[in-house]
Amino acid sequence: MNAQPLEQRQHYLNVSYGFKSWLLTTDHKRIAWLYLISVTFFFFVGGVFATLLRLELLTPQGDLVQAETYNKLFTMHGITMIFFFLIPSIPAVLGNFLVPMMIGARDLAFPRLNLASWYIYIIGGLFTLAAAAAGGVDTGWTFYTPYSSIYSNSNVALTVVGIFITGFSSILTGLNFVVTIHKMRAPGMTWFRLPLFIWAHYATSIIMILGTPVIAITLVLVALERLLHLGIFDPALGGDPLLFQHMFWFYSHPAVYIMILPAMGVESELITCFARKRAFGYSFIAASSVAIAVIGFLVWGHHMFVSGQSVYAGMVFSLLSFLVAIPSAIKVFNWTATLYKGSISLEAPMLYALGFIGLFTIGGLTGLFLATLGVDMHVHDTYFVIAHFHYIMVGGAVMGYMGGIHFWWPKMTGRLYPKALAKLAAITIFLGFNLTFFPQFVLGYLGMPRRYHVYPPEFQVLNVMSTAGASVLAVGYVLPLLYLIWSLRYGEVAGMNPWKATGLEWQTPSPPPTDNFEETPVVTREPYDYPAQKPQAIFPQGAAEHV
Amino acid sequence: MSEANLALAHQFDDPEQQLDASTTGMWVFLATEVMFFGGMFLGYTAYRLAYPEAFADASNLLDVWLGSINTAVLICSSFTMALAVHSAAEGRRQKIILFLILTMILGAIFLGIKFYEYYHKYEEHLIPGENFTYAGPSPRQAEIFLSFYFAMTGMHAFHMIIGFGLQTYLVIEAWRDRFSAAYHTPVELIGLYWHFVDIVWIFLFPLLYLVGRHL
Repeated sequence: MNAQPLEQRQHYLNVSYGFKSWLLTTDHKRIAWLYLISVTFFFFVGGVFATLLRLELLTPQGDLVQAETYNKLFTMHGITMIFFFLIPSIPAVLGNFLVPMMIGARDLAFPRLNLASWYIYIIGGLFTLAAAAAGGVDTGWTFYTPYSSIYSNSNVALTVVGIFITGFSSILTGLNFVVTIHKMRAPGMTWFRLPLFIWAHYATSIIMILGTPVIAITLVLVALERLLHLGIFDPALGGDPLLFQHMFWFYSHPAVYIMILPAMGVESELITCFARKRAFGYSFIAASSVAIAVIGFLVWGHHMFVSGQSVYAGMVFSLLSFLVAIPSAIKVFNWTATLYKGSISLEAPMLYALGFIGLFTIGGLTGLFLATLGVDMHVHDTYFVIAHFHYIMVGGAVMGYMGGIHFWWPKMTGRLYPKALAKLAAITIFLGFNLTFFPQFVLGYLGMPRRYHVYPPEFQVLNVMSTAGASVLAVGYVLPLLYLIWSLRYGEVAGMNPWKATGLEWQTPSPPPTDNFEETPVVTREPYDYPAQKPQAIFPQGAAEHV
Repeated sequence: MSEANLALAHQFDDPEQQLDASTTGMWVFLATEVMFFGGMFLGYTAYRLAYPEAFADASNLLDVWLGSINTAVLICSSFTMALAVHSAAEGRRQKIILFLILTMILGAIFLGIKFYEYYHKYEEHLIPGENFTYAGPSPRQAEIFLSFYFAMTGMHAFHMIIGFGLQTYLVIEAWRDRFSAAYHTPVELIGLYWHFVDIVWIFLFPLLYLVGRHL
């Protein structure tokens, strides 16, 4: 097949060439690519750990790896996926690319700081990879003390330093977004004309800014206790291990919202575009993002129901955890209402978006089971918990990420991918995901604990199903990697607005020029102005007349 | 093109937007700093509630005079920093340099006294860890107090050293005549940072040095 040339015009990709022009770039769009390549790398590293875990669990005995290696595998899987893939994925890739474009700015407020964030992320990643190469860590991604600070013989300090460093990348990205959204909006882009993707990123940034420093100082204290034998969390030295858990979850529960909120932002863009409808309850979806960020800071104690926290604290945290379900439910209901009587087209991004609604709903509702004190006593630390948070993180965050990548790929590259293959991959991922994780709900309910490499033989059937699903899932993830790379050269030329969407980012050529817009757009209307009667007509945010 | 426009980055429309963005950025950064120190303040609070007597006893190990002198020194340095910002707003280059250097001297005095205190603790085997010796009751709990003392004042001193570096950068830039009444954002931002570091100490001083004295 012959490659169709893109139109001869200068854009951010061909403005300069060579490694230096990429590694020293301050263009937010190029930095998004740096992140895209690095988070993809870490995603597949984390995937290799997951593959080994699932292979070991194929049989009840420990035949592939022994307990010690297994502990390291699930720890490295969790650390890689959470700190080096999920947290930076949507904000640092799609957010970096789109936040300035969607609000009509030429770049983020602090472009050099943005590049510095990427380097900080990479340095943190190298520390963690070095720890993995030196033998790994076996504490679980939660680093519970005093095991992590005194007893573990693995590379805790090196890993903790890596995560500490990476945290600053997250903080600085959040800071950049907050300042950009406050100060860099184009004329006419009022707060309630902001795309919901921006609201979601604003809420995410608040969590990054206020939560991440706490995990940073917590990990410093763990490292100090480990290296200098300060008694801060070790009960043998008069310390309190529960204090560690409080401080850890004060960040790490909101961190779940760092992962899911941006995906919810993507979701709002996809649903409106492919249903050709205004967002139902725009202001409620926008406010619910902020509500999730705020309430999300008050629910951390639900991770500690069985760890010796006071029962009364447990009751309060249980209640607060129920509260955070309300803004999440508001979003789901509003998306569903947006779909109602919409003119729906099942393009690949939309398949991910619809998958997201279903999977996130299952993940969210099972979260309510876990927020219920009595039920949590039964299923705490079982595969029920594993299934629950994978429905949120993979079924929610990764589906949102994949949907977003497929939606904005033509904008980022100027080319479309093979649509049929993309739909096939989306369906494969959906089926593979459910086959992997639904059996784990059952396993957990039947009592299979997490973090063991052996299990009673009666659990084997469900574990084999889960491993089979993981293989399907792996195929689903490798497919896009292949056809997206293929499309860089051979994909059909996309044009400015292949999905006929309304956002400002679609009103500039694909790929965009370095300054994003030839002239600063003036915003004249609300987002998602899709007239219900004329599905093909759009009212772009930056245009006076409809196109 | 005026001098102010020379320093305008391409992503901004005008100097006012740039100044606004930079200042907002600094305030947001300081919010993250509050949370960062907040973690240690939380730990301190938890253990002080758990071990009030041990904390009071161990607090008496600290030299309240040196702590008070340092508090005064740091407040003076905030004052000279404020004068440096004021001089920058008036575009008076020599005064910026003078007040920055005064601030740095006061900062150095603070750090000098701090490290003298640390050295003294080292000589008395009061550094938490293997060689820790403490004659009073509940040595373990006193050790926790001292762990927080070193972690919190150490992190504070680390921030001061960074501030020292930033002020050196400002002196060089002022020397090269980079600032004017229209453009002196870095002086303002680093001023904010310096005041923040000062405020942290204002909380650390009573929490660490004065606990024993009010019982």
